[in-house]
Order: sequence, then C-alpha cells, then structure tokens
Amino acid sequence: MISGPYLLLALMEGTVMAAVLALTAVGLSLVFGVMRVVNVAHGEFFMLGAVLAWFVAQAVPGPAWAAFVVALLVAPLIVAALAALADWAVLKRLGYEPEATIVATIGLSYILQQGALSFFGPDARPIEAPFTWRIQFPWFGYSGYKVAVVVAAVVILLAVWLFMNRSRAGLVMRATQIDRDTARAFGINVDRVYALVFAMGAGLAGLAAVLLVPIQQAHYLMGHDPLLLSFIVVIIGGLGSVRGTLIAALVIGLSDGVISFFWSPTLAKILATLFVALVLVFRPQGLFGERA
Amino acid sequence: MAAVILSARGLVRHFGGLRAVDGVDLDLHRGESHALIGPNGAGKTTLVSLLSGRVPVQSGTITLDGVDITRLPAHARVARGVAYTFQITSIYARLSVFDNVALAVQRHPGDLRSGTMAALARVGLDDRAGQEAGTLSYGHQRLLEIAMGLALRPKVLILDEPTQGLANAEIDTFKALVRGLVPDTTVLLIEHNMDVVMDLAHRITVLNFGQVLAQGTPEQIRANPAVQAAYLGD
Amino acid sequence: MRRDLALHLAVIAGLAVLSVLLPPYHHTNTARIMLLAVYAMGYNIAFGYTGLLSLGHALFFGAGMYATGLLMELGDWPAAVALPMGLLAGGAAAVAVGLLALRTAGVSFMIVTLMFAQAGYLLVMYFTAYTRGEEGFNLARAARAIGPLDLSSDGTRYAVALVLFAVALLGQLALVRSRFGRVMVAMRENEERSRMLGYDPFRVKLIALGVSGLYSGAAGAAYGVMFGYVGASFVATQFSILPLLWVLLGGAGTTLGPLLGAVLMFYLIDIASGYTTAHLAVIGVALLVLVLFAPRGLLGVVRERLVRWLP
Repeated sequence: MISGPYLLLALMEGTVMAAVLALTAVGLSLVFGVMRVVNVAHGEFFMLGAVLAWFVAQAVPGPAWAAFVVALLVAPLIVAALAALADWAVLKRLGYEPEATIVATIGLSYILQQGALSFFGPDARPIEAPFTWRIQFPWFGYSGYKVAVVVAAVVILLAVWLFMNRSRAGLVMRATQIDRDTARAFGINVDRVYALVFAMGAGLAGLAAVLLVPIQQAHYLMGHDPLLLSFIVVIIGGLGSVRGTLIAALVIGLSDGVISFFWSPTLAKILATLFVALVLVFRPQGLFGERA
Repeated sequence: MAAVILSARGLVRHFGGLRAVDGVDLDLHRGESHALIGPNGAGKTTLVSLLSGRVPVQSGTITLDGVDITRLPAHARVARGVAYTFQITSIYARLSVFDNVALAVQRHPGDLRSGTMAALARVGLDDRAGQEAGTLSYGHQRLLEIAMGLALRPKVLILDEPTQGLANAEIDTFKALVRGLVPDTTVLLIEHNMDVVMDLAHRITVLNFGQVLAQGTPEQIRANPAVQAAYLGD
Repeated sequence: MRRDLALHLAVIAGLAVLSVLLPPYHHTNTARIMLLAVYAMGYNIAFGYTGLLSLGHALFFGAGMYATGLLMELGDWPAAVALPMGLLAGGAAAVAVGLLALRTAGVSFMIVTLMFAQAGYLLVMYFTAYTRGEEGFNLARAARAIGPLDLSSDGTRYAVALVLFAVALLGQLALVRSRFGRVMVAMRENEERSRMLGYDPFRVKLIALGVSGLYSGAAGAAYGVMFGYVGASFVATQFSILPLLWVLLGGAGTTLGPLLGAVLMFYLIDIASGYTTAHLAVIGVALLVLVLFAPRGLLGVVRERLVRWLP
C-alpha cells in the first residue's frame, strides 16, 4: 500500500533526481542545439566531474565544506577544459559531420572511462557532504544537503538561461545555432563558439556530478545512467529545445524516482528506452518540441 | 483528339502563403512532346514534382492511363512508367558511369551489360563506361542523367531544364535524342531555351503564378498576347 | 574464373591451411575470429554497403546467441535444430527493429538502434531467472554436437567455423555483385536518386538489414554453441560498437574488410593486454584514429590506390 509519507519521500527523491538530470541534460541539449553534435561521451564527462571532485576533495585540507566548495569550482572547469580540447583535437577536424562525430565521441567515452579506471580504480568512493543538518518532517528526517542540491540546480539553470538570453556571448551562440554560415559571415568566430559550447555542455554535466557525489559515490562506470537518462530527456523534450528539456527532466526525474521506488528499476528502464525509440520514430520533434 | 496518357485535374500545392501550384489542369497526349514554360517562380518545378510524386499534392487528382496515381509514392510511379530527371544533376558521383545507367536498365529483365552499353551509346557516353561519374564534365553529367531517365523506358519522361548549362553542340545532340524518343515515349519538358521549346514541342503549357496562363501549339503560344505580356513584362 | 572469386577462394584456402599450421592458442583464436568476421560481414552489409550506421547490432547477435542457447539449455533442443533458430532470430530481430527504425535516418537511426539494443540488454537482465544475467550460463559439453560432429573439440570447431565463414564470405560476394547489391550501394550513395529510379528505399533497406541480421544471428548462435558460453556482455553496447570498429578498420564496403578488421583488432587487443589492461582505451583510440585519419579503412585505401577491382 502506498502511504502518504512514503509517496512524499519518493517525490522528494524524484525532485533531487530531476534537478541533477536537468543540469546534465541541458548540457547535452545545448551541445546538440548549437552544434548539432550528439555527444555520446556526455555521460563520461559527468563521471569525470565526480571522479575529479573526489581527487580535489582529497587534496584540499581543512573542513569538508571547504574541500567541497573547491571541488565544485575546480572539477567542472577541468572537465570543461578537457571538452574544449576534445572539440579542438577531434570534432573540429571532422567538420562536425554528424555520423562521424558520434563515432568519435564513442571513442572518446572509452578513453575517458579507461582513464578513470586506471587512475581512480574500480572502487566507488564517497565525498563528504559539505553540511549534515537534516530537515525534520513529522514522519521522517530528510537530508538538508539534498534540498540544497535542488536549490543549486535551479540557480545554475537560471544563470544558464540568463547567460544564453541576456549576455552577448549567449546571443552569439544563439546566432550560430540558427545559421552557422551567416554567423561566420558576420565575423563570429564559429570555432571558438563551438569550443565554448562543447566545454559548457560538458562543464554542466561535471557540475551536476559534483553536486551528486555526496549523495551517490563516484565510480568509473557511473556515467552510463546519466547518459541514457539525458538522452531520454533531450529526445522527449525535443532535440535542441532547452525549454522542452527542462519540462522533460522534471517529468522523467520525478517518474523515475517514483517508478523505481515502487517497481523494478530494470523494467522502468526497458520501458523508458523503448519509449524514447518510439518517440524518435513517430514524433521526432519530441513531445514538447515544436514541429520543424 | 489524341489519347491522353497523363492527366492532372485541379492540382494544388501551397507552401505556407506561397501558392506554388494553384489549380492546374494538364493533359499529356500519348506520344507528344510537351513543353512547360513560364517565368521563374511560376511553379513549373513544383508542378512536375507533384506529377512525379516527389512532393505530395494537397488537392486534385493525377491519372496515368486512366488509373489514379495521386496517392502513389514516387518510386511506385516510376515503376509504372513516370520517370523524372533532376534539374540539378543528381547522379551517383562515386559510382562508375556504367553502374549509374545499369541501375536504371536493371529495372527491366534482359542482359544487363549489353542493355547498359546500348543506353550509354544513345547519349554517346559508351566509351566512358568505366569512368567514375563524378569526374565527368558538367555536360556529360547532364547527358548521363538523361541516359538514366531513358534507360527506365518510361511511358512519360519528365525533363527538368535538361539543356541548362549545355554547349550548343550538346544541345543539338539533345534535341536529336528527344526527337528520336517520340512517339514511343511521351515527353514533358521544362525549358527556358525558347529555341529548344519551339523546335521540339508539339504543344506548350504556359504557367504563371501557379496557374495555367495559356495552352496550345507553338504558333498559338507565340501569338498569344497574355503570354507576351507575362514574358515581356508590362 | 573471375579474379575476385579466385581471391576469396584463396583466402578460404589459406584459412584451411592455417588450421594445420597454427599452434593451439592461435588456432582457437582464429576459430573465434572467423565467427566474429561473420558478424562483421553482417554489419558490413548494413553499414558498409547500404549506409545504415547501426549502433544496435549486438541485439541481432544476442538474439541468435540467446535463442539457440536458451532452446538448448531450457528446452533441451539438439544443437542441430537450435542453431538455425538462432539464425532466424537474428533476422527476425533485425526486421522488427528495421520496421520502426528505418522510418528515421542518420543520427536518429543511430540513436533508435542504440535504444532498441539497450532495451534488449536490459531484457536479458530482467529475465535473470532464465538468462542468469551478467554472469551468463555455460552449455553442457555433451549438448554441443551436430550428429557426430563434436563442436567443443578444437579441430572440428575450426572446420565448422571455417565452413560457416566460407558460406558467409561467398554469400556476401554474391550479394554485392548482384543487381540487388548494386541497389544497396545506390541507397547509400544517393537515396533520392534511387527513389526516382523506382526503388523503394524502405524496402531495400529493410531487406539489407534483414540479411545483416541473419548473418549476425548465425554468428551469435554459432559462437555460443562452439565456445559453450552465453552471456550478457554479447548484448551490451560495446558489442554493437565492435563490429563498427572492425569494419571501419578493415574497410567499409569491401568484402574482405570485415575479416581483416576483426583479425587486426583481435590481435591488437590481445597484444596490448600483454602490456596494459587498458583495452577500453585501445578501442577508443582506434575509433578516433580511424574516424580522423582513415575513414575508408585499410582495404578502402588499397582499392582506391592499388587494386581497383577489389569488391
């Protein structure tokens, strides 16, 4: 029997999921939207964020919160720098040809996975949360940190939105998204825009991962599920539509939280993957996207 | 009255607010060579795209030999004998000239090699059978395109600006080729070169703003004041 | 005899001679590689010749492997009957996926096939009671025989693998030299043009994918029976990427490329594992290098520069 408090807990867990997922998926969506690149290595950038956060937290002396703050700042930046490097060394040379870039990002994902396995090892490792206070409900206590994750995700997403819609760099990105060649004709350095977008997309995944590590441990295979879920979110939300991505992240995050609370997570994943495939076949603009 | 092979009634295709084809009736007589002319943007290419099935019609009907083909997909229309050659040359650039034409020839039973070489010989490309098609000159690529259309042995052959970019000598070859086709094949020709049109066409349809402005023999069209106004500007 | 046929027969004869010459370790490896090459040929028919870049072929390989394996393990079917079922399962899976996935193209096709294969992998996990999930199951030695042929013995296994490989290779040659083979290539090169020559793109691609699935299913079924193990790693995403890698390396759209790519990659990983455990990185780097510097693959370059008649 599904009791009220139990459902509330499931919904809260779902919200945390949705927040992390929204950050990750917006990164993927941004890259696809502006560059038309399907980044299969996105999940590994996520994983890298978590793994790097662990290394940074180890290296920083002092209280847990200080280590976490440094990790939150440094790890996503390193991930972003690596992504920019990958863009310059690989994707740019492929001329962003869609099928070749997919194959290349698959290759990239194996390399990143191996790198994590070799340097970080096969074990899952935790990071201490920056604070430990709990919110006390009449029925159960709830981690204050998880609530903070949701708040942080909302703030970051707002910042991304402001950046894309209010800043000059955002304007340049949107112009490039609409028409690469015209943007180039207007003197926009498209190569630099692409490197920046790819870095930003990966950085967002890294950021999401750092926020998640105190809840889930860092592990070299942890990129798989976020990749799958981000794909699901981005496809259902409509490829390249940020608004659709956010709505879909909320729906999927909440339903995944709730469904896998009560049913087999494997069955939920089977249904989700089939659903995504069918959406792509029959409604390629996504459930929330507008028809092209 | 000659027998009608391809007939269109009330064809409509709008793109957003643009009425590209707006209620066109057209009859192709069996064995004729029929030219479709009109100013740029008159809807000529859209009309033949509707006939060949590359673009779906919004309303109206198309019949081939009395059979309704309005809803048939493009490849099924080709299989029934309506062939289309592209305005912008569309060949298999990385395949050999032989393979390009063989793909059309093998739609019919029979010896593939001799059939293909014969089809190439008709346009004078038989000595280039082994060459990669993308390395042909532009004029030769146009001829290859036409050879592919011919090799389908269609009932109706639609040629979209076939002489565009051809040299004069090549245009003469082309005209001789089309003359040799009729009356076995019915030809529908979009053409800007009026010499070619007046030379080849038995009848002409003039389109303007997506509608039929005039229809008739070359002499009738030449004498038509409305056509003169549309072409000379007023 | 045509020279391309002669070349293929020579390759088959060479592999037959190797059976006598090779030391045991490489003998077993070669038997493995021949079956993997059948899988790669199947992939090549879809990707190399028809231009269908699938990321879900492990589903077809796995369908063959699990259909045969489960029929033998749970249904006590003899291998001789269960093996053809694996072949059919691969073909049926490919047609089923194709009926949906072929409504899309390019990037969407890649993602849709990836998703279907992922669902297949998860199904194996979901039905752990029968499939034993990640761990997989072994087939009893006694069951792994076709009549008097003991498929678990080295010599017989090599011979049967060679026969399957030879049939697949000659079948592939016949297919790409046939009229239908020419149409497959036409779809890859210019779909719109092919449509206007009267070919139904959906139908052509569905048939090509179906044949590709038959190859994959046959390879999966044979691999399971001959090496006595059925496991989820053969349905995982990585096993969809590997045939892409083999075909890219050997040369997409060449009949012998799949074999060459499978041999080279197998031994590259084998040799690399003597120095490092980083075989994931080997795969990753190989993919990057091929996509960046040699998208035509080895035999693609050979055909372009030296031997124009290579099929």
